[in-house]
Amino acid sequence: MFSILRTIWLVFKHTFSRTITVQYPEVKPELSARYRGRIILSRDPDGDERCVACNLCAAACPVDCIALESANRDDGRRYAKFFRINFARCIMCGMCEEACPTYAIQLTPDFEMAEYNRQNMVYEKEHLLINGPGKYPGYNFYREAGAEMGVKKTGEGQNERKPVDIYTLVPGSLDDEERG
Amino acid sequence: MSPILWSVLSIIIAILGSITVAAALIFVERRLLAVWTDRIGPNRAGPFGLLQVVADMIKIFFKEDWVPPFVDKPVFIMSPGVIFITVLMSFMVIPLSPFIVASHLDVGVLFFLAMASLGVYSIVLSGWASGSKYPLLGSVRSITQMLSYEAFMGLSLGGVVLISGSFNMSDIVNAQKGLWFFIPQFPAFVIFLIGGIAVIHRLPFDLPEAESELVDGYHTEYSGMKFGLFFVGEYLGIVLVSALTVTLFFGGWLGPILPPFLWFLIKTAVFIVLIILLRASLPRPRIDQLLAFGWKVLLPVALLNILVTGAIYLAIQK
Repeated sequence: MFSILRTIWLVFKHTFSRTITVQYPEVKPELSARYRGRIILSRDPDGDERCVACNLCAAACPVDCIALESANRDDGRRYAKFFRINFARCIMCGMCEEACPTYAIQLTPDFEMAEYNRQNMVYEKEHLLINGPGKYPGYNFYREAGAEMGVKKTGEGQNERKPVDIYTLVPGSLDDEERG
Repeated sequence: MSPILWSVLSIIIAILGSITVAAALIFVERRLLAVWTDRIGPNRAGPFGLLQVVADMIKIFFKEDWVPPFVDKPVFIMSPGVIFITVLMSFMVIPLSPFIVASHLDVGVLFFLAMASLGVYSIVLSGWASGSKYPLLGSVRSITQMLSYEAFMGLSLGGVVLISGSFNMSDIVNAQKGLWFFIPQFPAFVIFLIGGIAVIHRLPFDLPEAESELVDGYHTEYSGMKFGLFFVGEYLGIVLVSALTVTLFFGGWLGPILPPFLWFLIKTAVFIVLIILLRASLPRPRIDQLLAFGWKVLLPVALLNILVTGAIYLAIQK
């Protein structure tokens, strides 16, 4: 019997405790920076699009909501001719962000994407592309790896070894460190 | 004013007042339950959510009132009205103030107990007439629960009637002018409150409804206005049991400075809030635990209470 009275008293004390309700939409919820919300395509610090249309995100997507096609720009740089995400299918899992080698596709803490028309849930590239580097400032894929696009020469990246000159490759011409 | 006019006025006040309070309780209960569970209740419809009652009423009126083909039609349609009628009738004998009594019935207490027993019919009939298993289980549980707890409720009033010397509710309130009855009759007060909550099948005794167990208990097959009648009938029951506890054990309309009607309202409000607090805090016992508690604990205490009260009364009279 006493435990029942104690329960009633404990619940009564909650009259004086703060409510934990977040009164959306007047008060927005606090989201962490890694919150997996709306997908964006970012640019590198030099202003060029990061996406090289490698199709890794489309391959990684568990619900196949990404569609894209690659093309070559006039200066030889590869880019996505069209890049379409169907947000009616997207489950915001973040697999595309994990798969992307250039940190192009990113998930941002924005979830307010409700639409009245189902067709408006399909986002094209112009809806996804943003003008900044997103969550990874200062990263340019072509500085680390990739084809020569005028950013660096082959072999000059931070963790890169100089390419081997096959025409002068004879036994005994490699140092210890080059041999690996 | 002529007594007939006073009577009619009291009837109107009692009925309108109780139905208004019961409707307002829809909103108040949700807000109070939210306070005790660290939430905010409904606060979107109208200022502070006050129009939630209106929204709920409109919703209930416009819902499709479908009568299933496998039910016993006349009983099905009539049984929600039974509880409404019996509870409202019980309000007629409660003195809201020295002058506002709808009916100076000399057997007021017995009348209320009789109406409570009739109220069981509504659950029994609706459960049986629904013709499906969940209402049947709900009504079977409710018969046992309500019959047993009504017995204890009635027995607990024996001491009150003994001290005040009459079954008339106004006489009982007047007899409390020196000392409110909950002090000398504390066990009886506890038993009456527990029994009252069981009779209006409210948590923790809401096995007939058992929201998480029996789908919706005895009112599973009801929709639209019939369900609305059960719904409001339950809140009316809360108001009734609070008003009765106040009248029989807490001095009714007695109180110092404020007008008597206001005292009655304040005390009834305290008990309504207490009953809602019980809903917020207590888990639901199993039907066998419930019945064991009733017959093995409450019945002996109620009988002992009458015994001791009678003995002391006789001793004082000598």
